[in-house]
Amino acid sequence: MKFSFESLLNAGGSRLTYGLLNLRIVAWILYGFTRPGIIVPSQILSQIIRIGVQAIPMASLVSLSVGFILAMQSSTELGKMGADSFIPDLVSLSLMRELGPLLVAIIVVGRSGSAVAAELGTMKVNEEIEALRVMAIDPIRYLVVPRYIALMIMLPCMTIFGNCVGLVGGWAVCTLEMGMPSSFYIVRAMQRPELWDLYSGIIKTAVFAHIIITTACYQGLNVEGGAEGVGRATTSAVVYSILWIIIADTILTGLFYFVL
Amino acid sequence: MSPTPKKTNPPSDVILEVKDLVQSYNGRAVLNGLNFKVRKGETFVIMGGSGCGKTTLLRILIGAQKPTSGSVHLFGEDITKASTQELDRIRLRFGMNFQFGALFQSMTVGENIALPLQEHSQVDPSLIEMVVKMKLELVGLTGFENFKPAELSGGMRKRVGLARALALDPELLFSDEPTSGLDPVMTAVVDQLTLDSTRKIGVTAVVVSHDMTSCFRIATHMLMLGSGPRQGEIIAEGTPDEIRANPDPFLQQFVRGEADGPIAFRLSQDDYLKHLLQEG
Repeated sequence: MKFSFESLLNAGGSRLTYGLLNLRIVAWILYGFTRPGIIVPSQILSQIIRIGVQAIPMASLVSLSVGFILAMQSSTELGKMGADSFIPDLVSLSLMRELGPLLVAIIVVGRSGSAVAAELGTMKVNEEIEALRVMAIDPIRYLVVPRYIALMIMLPCMTIFGNCVGLVGGWAVCTLEMGMPSSFYIVRAMQRPELWDLYSGIIKTAVFAHIIITTACYQGLNVEGGAEGVGRATTSAVVYSILWIIIADTILTGLFYFVL
Repeated sequence: MSPTPKKTNPPSDVILEVKDLVQSYNGRAVLNGLNFKVRKGETFVIMGGSGCGKTTLLRILIGAQKPTSGSVHLFGEDITKASTQELDRIRLRFGMNFQFGALFQSMTVGENIALPLQEHSQVDPSLIEMVVKMKLELVGLTGFENFKPAELSGGMRKRVGLARALALDPELLFSDEPTSGLDPVMTAVVDQLTLDSTRKIGVTAVVVSHDMTSCFRIATHMLMLGSGPRQGEIIAEGTPDEIRANPDPFLQQFVRGEADGPIAFRLSQDDYLKHLLQEG
């Protein structure tokens, strides 16, 4: 079979490997630019709400707690050296570069990645995926692409929001517990990070979003064996997503540290 | 790209033709050289016991599975050699009613029926809404547009599945066990709907079933698939009267629903002894 853009769009009959899934998602998104309406905006919006907006409270709670923890843990050690004034720097840099993207991604894996794998897996078991194919509707275009776009939009937004909430946690500890003036905390927390620190975190979230949604969809669409298979796929989606997120995080952090 | 399916010139009234169809799993033939034709306007019923390969055959007929060998000509095109794009074009000409409905649980009944129309037609949403109401009226479920599939009974779900399968006014309707698990009244209702589809709307139907009462009620042509020692063969084919008159003991046992006969439900004494003495 000749490899072409069209062959990717029409590869519905081929066995779905992880590589093919990735290529087909990209092919459908690119095709979507030439044929507006082929990817339905209302579906993207509903997925933005389901896998993004509804995960915000949980992600916020975790980010707030991380802000508290970072400020409290660092105050013990930095206080000994009389370097309390660096706590806001540490909180903001840690959140933007590393902890914000990583923790929000892990929350989204547990909440939305598992939900997507279970939903698609159940649809496969109930012959709903088969029904889509028989109705000449490509499941990758109809089910996967809206979820992919939704998470690629929402994970960076949620991470930025989570960073802000985490900074509030750090502020609460610094001002209420340590008596640091609010203005001082805000100025230090805002001045110290550079724009690249924010960008590097956002680049990470984009990679994490890709890993989460493609792993969840791949596991869901390849379910075999009824309810037991759905459970197995959901577990695999969560375990492999977290594993690959941490590996990708290590590689990206190394890349940003040594190369850029 | 896959080779372009070779156009054949079947008699104009043949819309489905199966030639030398073989499906094997691990060297065991589930379907063994099947040949049959479905003509326009027929209600073609494929019968057979559990595990005889009915569902496998149906999956091959709708292009969901490639056979080991042989061909399936649907509307004159060999779907076993068709690319996904070509298959999708052919799929717009037939509808499929799944055994358990295969309704999208996250959608309402109305959205389920509207989906193929939204995806494959350019009609106005208000017109789609009207078509949905018409299809629901056809299956006797007027007013159920906003119900979720989980809120419906098994029989209702099957009827919604039928309405969705008929949404694009297909020329051919495939139906997998449309009456299994239904009470006698609901079985009669579903049978009547299949008859209405074929007689009033002019749809050709291919129905897979093992419900004999239902089969004889709706069929204009029947085909019996063998199981056990005759796995994968066509035991008999013909009109309902021809099937009733066929003396084949295998067929008659199935039609009469008798426990004793050539269709064994347990191993023969010799085989059982061999099985017991088998090591490991």
